[in-house]
Amino acid sequence: MIDFEFHSPTSLDEAFGLMDQYGDDAQVMSGGTALVLMMKQRLVQPEHVIGLRKIAGLSSIASDGNGAVRVGALCTQRQMETDPLVRQSLPLVADTYSKVATVRIRSMSTVGGGLVHGDPNQDPPPTLIALGASVVLSSKGGERVVPVEDLFIDYFETDVQPGEILTSVLIPHAPAGSGAVYTKFLPRTADDYATVSVAAIVDADENNNCRDIRIVLGASGVTPIRAKEAEALLRQRPLTEENIRASAATVKDAVDPLDDFRGSADYKRQMAEVFTRRAVTQAIASGR
Amino acid sequence: MDHRIRLKVNGADHDLEVPARRMLVDCLRYDLGLTGTKEGCSVGVCGACTVLVDGQMVASCITLAVTADGADITTVEGLAQDGKLHPVQQAFIDHGGFQCGICTPGQVITAKALLDVNPDPTEEEIKDWMMGNLCRCTGYYGILESVKNAARTSQEAGR
Repeated sequence: MIDFEFHSPTSLDEAFGLMDQYGDDAQVMSGGTALVLMMKQRLVQPEHVIGLRKIAGLSSIASDGNGAVRVGALCTQRQMETDPLVRQSLPLVADTYSKVATVRIRSMSTVGGGLVHGDPNQDPPPTLIALGASVVLSSKGGERVVPVEDLFIDYFETDVQPGEILTSVLIPHAPAGSGAVYTKFLPRTADDYATVSVAAIVDADENNNCRDIRIVLGASGVTPIRAKEAEALLRQRPLTEENIRASAATVKDAVDPLDDFRGSADYKRQMAEVFTRRAVTQAIASGR
Repeated sequence: MDHRIRLKVNGADHDLEVPARRMLVDCLRYDLGLTGTKEGCSVGVCGACTVLVDGQMVASCITLAVTADGADITTVEGLAQDGKLHPVQQAFIDHGGFQCGICTPGQVITAKALLDVNPDPTEEEIKDWMMGNLCRCTGYYGILESVKNAARTSQEAGR
């Protein structure tokens, strides 16, 4: 690894000042599990690294009083798995984070760092998009709120602009009585990235008609992908096996997976259909 | 660029001057001579370099030493107390928890971290937790037995 200068600001203002001063020569780091690896491989060679971990006030988890949970960007992924409020009010989120890598990596990596990394194979984005979560991007000039659905622009590319730091994530509860799952296809090892993954939230009425539904796939393209056509084929319709099959079949055309050692693009496309069908079926079963 | 940091390792304070790129595993092994912690894959996957930083497991091979400034670190050398092995260490000896030994310090630290938060884990919980520590001798059954027995002896000792 090329050497660099490390900065450890203790306030956001100090961090913004350092980002301003060093511009493109600086990289912002939180848990470091992604950035340190990229620096070791010399994919990224910053002259300055601005570590955020000493900034106070960015690692709390609290209810916002309006049916959502506000998560500080520096909360570790392990916190999301173990925090009582997350487990109780956002069980899908706790379950999704528990499926990330290993306990050791979850103890190091942060919620905000994971999102700005923009890796389309990660587990949390499909779940956060399905729940309608948004992120707060702070800068010297103020802050803006961006839905997680709009955060990912391209392969490892996000809407986070120079001078901005992702400071918190707002995660709404799933509708009362709805069923929700995150399924992760892992043919290789239990700590791997998904070959394909699917988050599904289904809100059904007592007659098994679908009031609303969200289906979001991970590891299926250059960004997480919301399967809007598949959702439309079920929304306001009966949740029959036939309708679920027809809905899942459309996912093959919605995804655009990459060939890699986790499977060919064609194989992943087929698995995307299979796992969408399973996710929707399991979500229905887990509701009510 | 060199940075001054202070680490508390196994209870002892150390003031060090390290380049920003120094990994914690190298700092422990070369700057402090604590060679119990091993480096395996160098990418955070194999678990050999696992140490505790403020009680949390980290992969010291992808942790910059400068980010551990001010932290309280426990390595395998810090587990034995007053000449008595930690129950996890004793269990690894008694139940064949290691063969070549390279992965063992990471396995032992990881097992200790499990028992710290879950003193009476089920077999599934042990497997799930230890999944991130690879043993290329494939001695997993011995490791599982060791962790189960360490939990049992710790519980009995606590009673």
